[in-house]
Amino acid sequence: MADDILRIRTPIGIDYTWSSGPGSVVYMRGLENGKLIGRRCPACELVYFPPRNGICPRCGVLLAAEVEVGPRGTITTFCIVNVPFLGQTIKIPYVAATILLDGADIGMQHLIQECEAADVRMGMRVEPVWKDKSEWTPSLENILYYKPTGEPDADFDVYARHL
Amino acid sequence: MRDVAIVAYIEGQNTSATTLSPVEMIVPVVHEILNRANVQRSDIDFWCHGSCDYMTGQPFSFVSAVDALGAWPPIMESHVEMDGAWALYEAWVKIQTGEANTALVFGNGKSSAGDMNRALTLQLDPYVVAPLWPGFRSLEAMGARAAIDAGTVTERQMADVVSRSLRDAADNPNVLAYGYRDADELLDEPMTANPLRAHDCPAMADGVAAIIMTTADRALEMCDRPAWIRGIDHRIDFQNLGLRDLSRSNSAALASYHAGVTKDKVDVAELHATYSHHEIILAQSMGIDRSTTRMMPSGGALVANPLMAAGLARFGQAARQIFKGNADRAVAHAAQGACLQQNIVAVLEGN
Amino acid sequence: MALHRCAVVGVGQTHHTSCRGDVSIAGLVREAVDRALLDANMTLADIDAIVIGKAPDMLEGVMMPELWLTDSLAASGKPLFRVHTAGSVGGSTAIVAAQHVMSGLHKRVLTIAFEKQSDGNAMWALSVPLPFSMPVHAGAGGYFSPIVRSYIRRSGAPSHIGAMVAVKDRTNALKNPYAHLHEDHWTLEKAMESPMLWDPIRFVETCPSSDGAIALVLASEDVADKMPGKKAWVHSTAMRSEPTMFAGRNQVSPRAGEMCAEDVFRKAGITDPLKQIDAVEMYVPFSWFEPMWLENLGFAPKDQGWRFVEDGVTEMTGALPVNASGGVLSSNPIGASGMLRFGEAALQVMGKAGEHQIDGARTALGHAYGGGSQFFAMWVVGSEKN
Ligand SMILES: [Zn+2]
Repeated sequence: MADDILRIRTPIGIDYTWSSGPGSVVYMRGLENGKLIGRRCPACELVYFPPRNGICPRCGVLLAAEVEVGPRGTITTFCIVNVPFLGQTIKIPYVAATILLDGADIGMQHLIQECEAADVRMGMRVEPVWKDKSEWTPSLENILYYKPTGEPDADFDVYARHL
Repeated sequence: MRDVAIVAYIEGQNTSATTLSPVEMIVPVVHEILNRANVQRSDIDFWCHGSCDYMTGQPFSFVSAVDALGAWPPIMESHVEMDGAWALYEAWVKIQTGEANTALVFGNGKSSAGDMNRALTLQLDPYVVAPLWPGFRSLEAMGARAAIDAGTVTERQMADVVSRSLRDAADNPNVLAYGYRDADELLDEPMTANPLRAHDCPAMADGVAAIIMTTADRALEMCDRPAWIRGIDHRIDFQNLGLRDLSRSNSAALASYHAGVTKDKVDVAELHATYSHHEIILAQSMGIDRSTTRMMPSGGALVANPLMAAGLARFGQAARQIFKGNADRAVAHAAQGACLQQNIVAVLEGN
Repeated sequence: MALHRCAVVGVGQTHHTSCRGDVSIAGLVREAVDRALLDANMTLADIDAIVIGKAPDMLEGVMMPELWLTDSLAASGKPLFRVHTAGSVGGSTAIVAAQHVMSGLHKRVLTIAFEKQSDGNAMWALSVPLPFSMPVHAGAGGYFSPIVRSYIRRSGAPSHIGAMVAVKDRTNALKNPYAHLHEDHWTLEKAMESPMLWDPIRFVETCPSSDGAIALVLASEDVADKMPGKKAWVHSTAMRSEPTMFAGRNQVSPRAGEMCAEDVFRKAGITDPLKQIDAVEMYVPFSWFEPMWLENLGFAPKDQGWRFVEDGVTEMTGALPVNASGGVLSSNPIGASGMLRFGEAALQVMGKAGEHQIDGARTALGHAYGGGSQFFAMWVVGSEKN
């Protein structure tokens, strides 16, 4: 009975081509070669990693000098994820952290592993664990996760302004 | 109403497929227009942006555009999911409330990111029309057919419009279609979506357009001959093509009436006619005499159509004619939606 | 230049629920619109202009849906305007609509915000992979949870504050027939046992995902004065934006939010918000944002917002009732959520909030934010002319 039809499914498909833009190329090429390349703002002199869209959003100017950052960094804050979600292959609970890489002035997000979720702390020092070189692509996913370095935690004051 | 003028206009390089990110496209345009008006970021007390997520294939795509503005300290800012011409309207309304005096408005689009002929049909009734994927060009062809059948447009007139646009394109370095051809030559071309030929359709572009507008007390500091907005209005029609007479545009007629287009002679018109027959329908509906008004000296959207920026570009191009002293009274127009569904019209004057 | 006055003279909303499978998008929108018009004793024919807002078009899969909604809103021949400012959009849309009146342009403006998430696939719509970040977040909760952790660390707030806000809002929602969640079993003890989804955010401290719409009828002073019913006069509006992420950004208490609050209070002549504001409808999609926004808005001193919660200040019976409607925590039709805050604030000063009415509310704040806590929209409404 047509009267029973309340909903129909009409799947939509459109393919898009996405451009990173030249401002982010050095960053992506860096990842392809196992390097973390940020860029410095010529106006405020702060270092962005990733150099998203090649711009300093605070100054509204294109980023300039390339700066290698990390590989180690400090966890500024984090979330313990307990929700299994679409496509998520990591065993819960896991930690998604904001990591301030050494030499960068803004945090980036990544996973923390090789450590119980409950032991992760703000200020904890971490370092990346890379995929096998043969699998590297221009993506942050070349880094499987970050793990604790065992160094003493950073003081709150050191990273407080990055929260 | 407060007197408000367009004092600066800049458009980014129109390209057929840029590799720049939207932010990288916007940044130089913002810098350039601030220089052009000789103002600082802090002089802008309202920013308004027009763009569409489906043009870039990303939800919240406008959010990253804020990065291009140097929005620190925080700014008074808004965004419309409409052509940049409506961002200009929001800014004009804001200035009328007295809460802002100087505004920078911009529109940007990246038509090359996906198949826009397909994407644009997602504007249609999602339950019964869009799933048929009619193709946007086909809808416009139906509009052209209706106008031809009604006797309001002829194929020769359409070819004349294209021929003139191509001629004017020679003087505009920022176009994607060029090379003059006369109407006879154009009429020999095959149909792509009968009665439309390829040249009746717009040259899709990736681009950015930006305008600075301000009130009477500062306009002359920023521009030798500001383009005063003497009237502005926008209207919409039903979307359902079966509810409309496609041989005319009621909403364009209403917007034109309320903007005061026919109160005096129109020296120049920059109409957002993305298909050749649009120009004829719009001029008739808006009360513009094409024989005495200089139509689209920029070449118009037929020769460069950066989606979501092309309408604002018409406002900018019309203002340029005032800036240069080529016109004392110009009409600017933008449209969006299938078959000229929604229209905005402004009258700009040099005095 | 003097502003023209503007009043909210009609408020209408739908029942918010996870799937309104019984109506189309247009039907959902008309449900809110018809209620607002009925409240204002008007018809669509009386309306001069329409301003529509919603969050990303991809949630429903309709591009610029207002073009299509023109037909069901009988808007042909009228000005119809579309706003999109992320999560704050409901608030910004109401502000843009109010400015159509405050500028002297129009006398009767209809403004609408909606979201029908069940018509699309939000997870698909919002997950576009880009090479700048790892897909680690697992949704909005994952994005905002680290910020909440930063707040807790900075302010020293105890763990039960988030749960207290959740219990308050869910309990308030029982008094709001339109709210999505009507759960009468929450106690603080139970809430504390709610699983940590995005630690430190518990399940109970998160918002639902709803279908819903709201519409407001705004009128100029001359029109409003002739109307018999109660009105909410718009005393001030304000919007501020800042970039999503930049080096040194304060994500816990964004400067744009502080500036927006300073502006909206200054324009409304409010010098002591805590004393002068009788009710707040605040955009709180995760309960911890209540204490965070209390500080950001200037109601509470820095790092002290949680004490307001703990002391019951924001309860319906407290000195500063927050989200008597149940708030976003109880109904979240994304694009409409901001306008719901604005509309609920109006209902309070109109004295029409029904069971969740705050006695004697004369001045109320509507608050919305969006993006990565970067777009802010606010208005102050009052029962008397400003
Ligand atoms: Zn900078």
